[in-house]
Amino acid sequence: MSWTISVNGEVKSSTVETIAELLAAEGIDPAAQFLAVAINGDVVPRSKWLAAKIRSGDAIEIVTPAPGG
Amino acid sequence: MVNGQKDRLTIAGKSFDSRLLIGSATYPNSQIMLDSIRASRAQIVTVAIRRVSLEGGAETVVDLLSGEFHILPNTAGCYTARDAVLTAQLAREALKTNWVKLEVIGDRETLYPDAEHLLQAAEDLVEDGFIVMPYCTDDPILCRKLEDIGCAAIMPLGSPIGSGMGVVNPYNLEIIRAQTSVPLIVDAGIGTASDAALAMELGCDGVMLASAVAKARDPIGMANAMRHAIEGGRLAHLSGRIPRKRHAEASSSQRGVIGT
Repeated sequence: MSWTISVNGEVKSSTVETIAELLAAEGIDPAAQFLAVAINGDVVPRSKWLAAKIRSGDAIEIVTPAPGG
Repeated sequence: MVNGQKDRLTIAGKSFDSRLLIGSATYPNSQIMLDSIRASRAQIVTVAIRRVSLEGGAETVVDLLSGEFHILPNTAGCYTARDAVLTAQLAREALKTNWVKLEVIGDRETLYPDAEHLLQAAEDLVEDGFIVMPYCTDDPILCRKLEDIGCAAIMPLGSPIGSGMGVVNPYNLEIIRAQTSVPLIVDAGIGTASDAALAMELGCDGVMLASAVAKARDPIGMANAMRHAIEGGRLAHLSGRIPRKRHAEASSSQRGVIGT
């Protein structure tokens, strides 16, 4: 079964159930430093990436530092 | 060195030898960014927080800077208190720092801060344990409210972001200086070395700049110029300028002049 989620503003159909699975599906190394994830406006700490469930309709943000002034 | 004492900038209990805070964006390339930041002697370097590229790949700016500099995440690009607070919280998670340069922009054209959202975000973040350094207008009332909320530093603009117009209202900065107990750092609008020197001569504790160095014809040279301007301006402030007068006053004595 698949459901609709939004990842960094991109709406997509997905079967992933956790943040860890989502990162893997997106080709992002979950061990990479300087990553942060929020679901529906709440930060999900790295320690919960294996446990936190992704549900249909969730808006997920995956961010990292970038050059800034 | 001032009177044999190290003159350091202290923000929320952490001391820095440099009074220059510098951005990491818009340099021609990463190597020039690193060389410029090193030449500036700045210890605090700002970064933004952005969505990862799902195409992946690029080395992050923090890989280049971490360890050598105090990384200060900003909330640049946020237009609401809610987005700014979430961005700060994401920065705390990604960078393991509770410091944030808080920006809540109100208008794309002027990039002026939205005072209402800025105050709300500052209050929420101070409450959440952040060291908040807000980018704000040079409005003494707004600056006072931000300090009252518990911000660790106040960062009024000299002029609009990226405008290079320097400090356009030195009188306001003097008023803000007189009323502010936390570090006062001029943020935005610096165009060249004399702008930074003036900010320091007015008694500001530091200067934050980005484009003035990154977009200079020779960024490394300009970084070096900014370093010296800020040190010179600071020393001039501490040493006490002479008053302005409307008449001349000879510096050589008239006694013993020949031909009289």
